[in-house]
Amino acid sequence: MKKEMTCIVCPIGCQMTIEEKADGTYEVTGNTCKRGPKYAINEMTNPTRVIPTTVVIKNAMLPRLPVKTAEPIPKGQIFDAMAAINQVVVEAPVKTGDVVIKDLLGLGIDVVATRTMDKC
Amino acid sequence: MIYDVVILGGGPAGLAAAVEAKNGGAENVLILERDRELGGILNQCIHNGFGLHTFNEELTGPEYAERYIQKVKDLNIPYMLDTMVLDMHDNGDLKSIHVINEENGYMIIEAKAVILTMGCRERTSGAIGIPGYRPSGVFTAGTAQRFINMEGFMPGKEVVILGSGDIGLIMARRMTLEGAHVQAVCELMPYSNGLVRNIVQCLDDYDIPLKLSHTITFIHGKDRLEGVTVAKVDEKLKVIPGTEEYIPCDTLLLSVGLIPENEITRNAGVVMDNRTNGAIVGELRQTSMPGVFACGNVVHVHDLVDFVSEEAVLAGKGAAKFIKGELDNEITFTTTNGDGIGYVVPQQVAMKNVEDKVTFYMRVRQVFKDKVVNAYIGDQLIATKKEKKLLPAEMVNFKIAKDVLAQYPAGEIRFVVEEAK
Repeated sequence: MKKEMTCIVCPIGCQMTIEEKADGTYEVTGNTCKRGPKYAINEMTNPTRVIPTTVVIKNAMLPRLPVKTAEPIPKGQIFDAMAAINQVVVEAPVKTGDVVIKDLLGLGIDVVATRTMDKC
Repeated sequence: MIYDVVILGGGPAGLAAAVEAKNGGAENVLILERDRELGGILNQCIHNGFGLHTFNEELTGPEYAERYIQKVKDLNIPYMLDTMVLDMHDNGDLKSIHVINEENGYMIIEAKAVILTMGCRERTSGAIGIPGYRPSGVFTAGTAQRFINMEGFMPGKEVVILGSGDIGLIMARRMTLEGAHVQAVCELMPYSNGLVRNIVQCLDDYDIPLKLSHTITFIHGKDRLEGVTVAKVDEKLKVIPGTEEYIPCDTLLLSVGLIPENEITRNAGVVMDNRTNGAIVGELRQTSMPGVFACGNVVHVHDLVDFVSEEAVLAGKGAAKFIKGELDNEITFTTTNGDGIGYVVPQQVAMKNVEDKVTFYMRVRQVFKDKVVNAYIGDQLIATKKEKKLLPAEMVNFKIAKDVLAQYPAGEIRFVVEEAK
């Protein structure tokens, strides 16, 4: 498999091509530093992202509480994660870092609050 | 009560400036904030990517804000919320700040020093003049961000975004995650105005097309937006006839630039720079009005909050020095933007206030590859910064050591983009 991608390790944004060889190794071209191939291989084999979003909160100054996955989750499961997170309703008060969902989608990763919201 | 330092705005610049002013020896510091809470725009920037430079970790906007809010609270720095500053006057030794809020009505607050941290606001559809109707469904990207992330309203389902500034890119992803369909991001220029990582993680990840050299030529729909006409532009940014394409949509987000919010600054008579639309400032962010400092997006629009905090530390330090009578006001150098550079901040340097280096922030006018930014005093090359790629979207951060500058008695420091030798 061959894939084109833009490197995001630094602002240069090298246009790289990554190709999987028959022996299972990867060949990366277009990079201008050695951090490029590392990023490219990771994007090819196990791309992950932190998902920042919101959940409904009751009895707070605002109706939404910002949350994020405490660790990056597999890119392919972003929309499943959103569906699960959108079911959650929490009650104020909440503190930054409080767990909103334990073990999201069985990934062993929690969803945590990213701000403190007092009861009001 | 006469305050040592009053800070106009409780966003990232105001919070960091307040902390530094207090730590620098200002005793009575007050923050004035018009919103109902501290933190400014960071409260709606729920995405991650903040703090990589400041804290060496990737935080969301609210988390970044909360770290500084906590410092303000730990230092017992008072703040007034829901409080609007109307005006500021220079009365010699004291500045008077005219303020209004629901609890106290109209007040005049007096201060020895003032730090301006009002931030910036978005350019609107009125400011860019798109032909067509004015139906509902046209939002600035930041307004849509606040609706979704804080108020819990979804602005629409079929979305077109005009402008590839960072907020537009971030909102393309955000709307997609919340179930909307983003049809395209149109950018007038042949390059994006957003950070590379945002193009990759907000557009490429979700297969959202970025249409460079495209603009919107007509807004359709009377009550609610029904669609937009998109067309390609040539090198002179003129629409190429025959390239028009109709895209049906119910929502148009505009991410077409930010304007420093300087009504108070201008009314007070502070000298402005028409390149940045902010005040002309020195190395400690002192303005032309003694005792008035400015930092953050009110001085020039930053792309990373980390650099706002960095600049706010300078202003806080400057204000603390000023009230102790330690701020020198003899200007040694002025700065100017030569070929390829759009602006330089600070515009002035008083060498006696410099500790070990001066960081000059600047933006290039276009995309450059394998060039250098050179700093000259007269014909003398004093410093060089090599960059493999220079983008208008990424602010150049050019540090020059005090030892280097100290070799010159005075003059104008000129920054230019040149061929690498």
